Amino acid sequence: MMRDITLGQYYPVQSPVHKLDPRTKLFGTLVLIVALFVADNVYCYGAAALFLFGIIAASKVPVGHIVKGLKPVLFLLVFSAAFNLFLTPGEELVHFWIFTITKEGLVRAGMMAVRLTFLVMGTSLLTFTTTPNQLTDGLERSLRFLNVVHVPVHEIAMIMSIALRFIPILVEETDKIMKAQMARGADFETGGLIKKAKAMIPLLVPLFISAFRRASDLALAMEARCYHGGEGRTKMKPLKYRTADRLAYLILLAFPTGVVLLRVLL
Amino acid sequence: MGIIKAKNLIYNYIKRDEEEKVEEVNEAVKDVSLDIEAGQFVAVLGHNGSGKSTLAKHMNALLLPSEGTVWIGGMDTKDDDSLLEVRRTAGMVFQNPDNQIIASVVEEDVGFGPENMGVPTDEIWRRVDECLKAVGMTAYRRSSPDRLSGGQKQRVAIAGVMAMEPKCIVLDEPTAMLDPNGRREVIRTVRELNKKKGITVILITHYMEEVIHADRIYVMDEGEIAMEGTPEEIFGRVDELKALRLDVPQVTELAHGLRKKGVPLSPCILDVEELVGELVGIRKQRTAQ
Repeated sequence: MMRDITLGQYYPVQSPVHKLDPRTKLFGTLVLIVALFVADNVYCYGAAALFLFGIIAASKVPVGHIVKGLKPVLFLLVFSAAFNLFLTPGEELVHFWIFTITKEGLVRAGMMAVRLTFLVMGTSLLTFTTTPNQLTDGLERSLRFLNVVHVPVHEIAMIMSIALRFIPILVEETDKIMKAQMARGADFETGGLIKKAKAMIPLLVPLFISAFRRASDLALAMEARCYHGGEGRTKMKPLKYRTADRLAYLILLAFPTGVVLLRVLL
Repeated sequence: MGIIKAKNLIYNYIKRDEEEKVEEVNEAVKDVSLDIEAGQFVAVLGHNGSGKSTLAKHMNALLLPSEGTVWIGGMDTKDDDSLLEVRRTAGMVFQNPDNQIIASVVEEDVGFGPENMGVPTDEIWRRVDECLKAVGMTAYRRSSPDRLSGGQKQRVAIAGVMAMEPKCIVLDEPTAMLDPNGRREVIRTVRELNKKKGITVILITHYMEEVIHADRIYVMDEGEIAMEGTPEEIFGRVDELKALRLDVPQVTELAHGLRKKGVPLSPCILDVEELVGELVGIRKQRTAQ
């Protein structure tokens, strides 16, 4: 059931975007998010579309693959578009029963839909082109300033990368426990929501126990390999900006400036 | 003094109730003394609950003795300041291959130990290349550990320990969760490291076939060392081994039975070829008479 999550899985191809430093890509995603919230006219969205699809083309990830990642958020998308569609006051277009569709509502709903779609596509593009490890490395490095206020950045990054490493193992384990219990007559398929949720309890208890056991084993193994926190640690793959990253930063600065200009001038 | 030395080592697992009062004391290791020379291949045999894993954890300072002393490379494991140095000297490979691989890419996992030790980046890469080559896993360096078989994962774990350049490696039942093929893979790798790189190996196991090439064997029972000697000496005492609930290899048992019935075989036969060789020799002698 959890095997076919496309949202946020690495898409292994060689492309200029894949090769960028994760910090550059993190910054790019941030820029896109801000720009999308600043944008309020068609020209701004046009610029955003140009920017986003330009990067998608450069990343060599098929557009269809990214669109598939939209499925889980489809409901949210329709829901927020509908809200804007029916609840914006203005020039009336259609009216039936208690619903009124206005011209302004139509425009806002459209913009909202485009904004959310671009948002999800942009952020999933980040995870499609960046391995979880690079991502945690990038986050660790770019959030390092938080150390000053005693946020344990290295530890959080370590927790994240270990969690990512254990997801497939725990999924497999869930599958195994499920099958073992089904073999003894457990029923996970039928019944209402509450019955199904109750059926999950005998699944979750052994899963938790095994997860804790694994955690304790792993802690021992890490200790045995001299792990003692981030202090005095070196990196096998230190992050390094290259020419491509500097170029990317130029584009990343030009793009929001353009959007702001388009908003102010038009 | 050898690279690993224990003197009158005692370790108690203490079970406490809610008020921190001692409820039960379980003596896992009782008065063990041993001395292991550098470069040796030493095996520790014992059935489940014999205290062999507890002993192994003392060699990496993961457990500290309740009484007695353990020295690793001359350092007392109780000394807090030399903790990292002790762990650098004696690396440890555990039983479950999944629970000791930390990174989600093979080469990054091998680099984890050196990273913790603060080794410079170039040197980490050199070590990772070398260690992956030594365990024959270079082809998989960019794979995810989830795609590997149990034996391959265990070899990655060994490479991860090797990358810390320890003087000795302690393997705590590294093959217990593997299939026969994976077991052979791992044991072959460990033997090669011992022979080619001169790393001291302490192999903890309950499979007797794995220890026939050891230089020295300790057999543990009830937290004590019950037997000690070379494989030939140990395997000649089949009845004692069976009393300690250990599985004697089939060939050895067969040879032992034959000898009891009066076939003049040598006291210690460890593999099929050896037995066949001796039997053929005996038949030739008889037909010659």
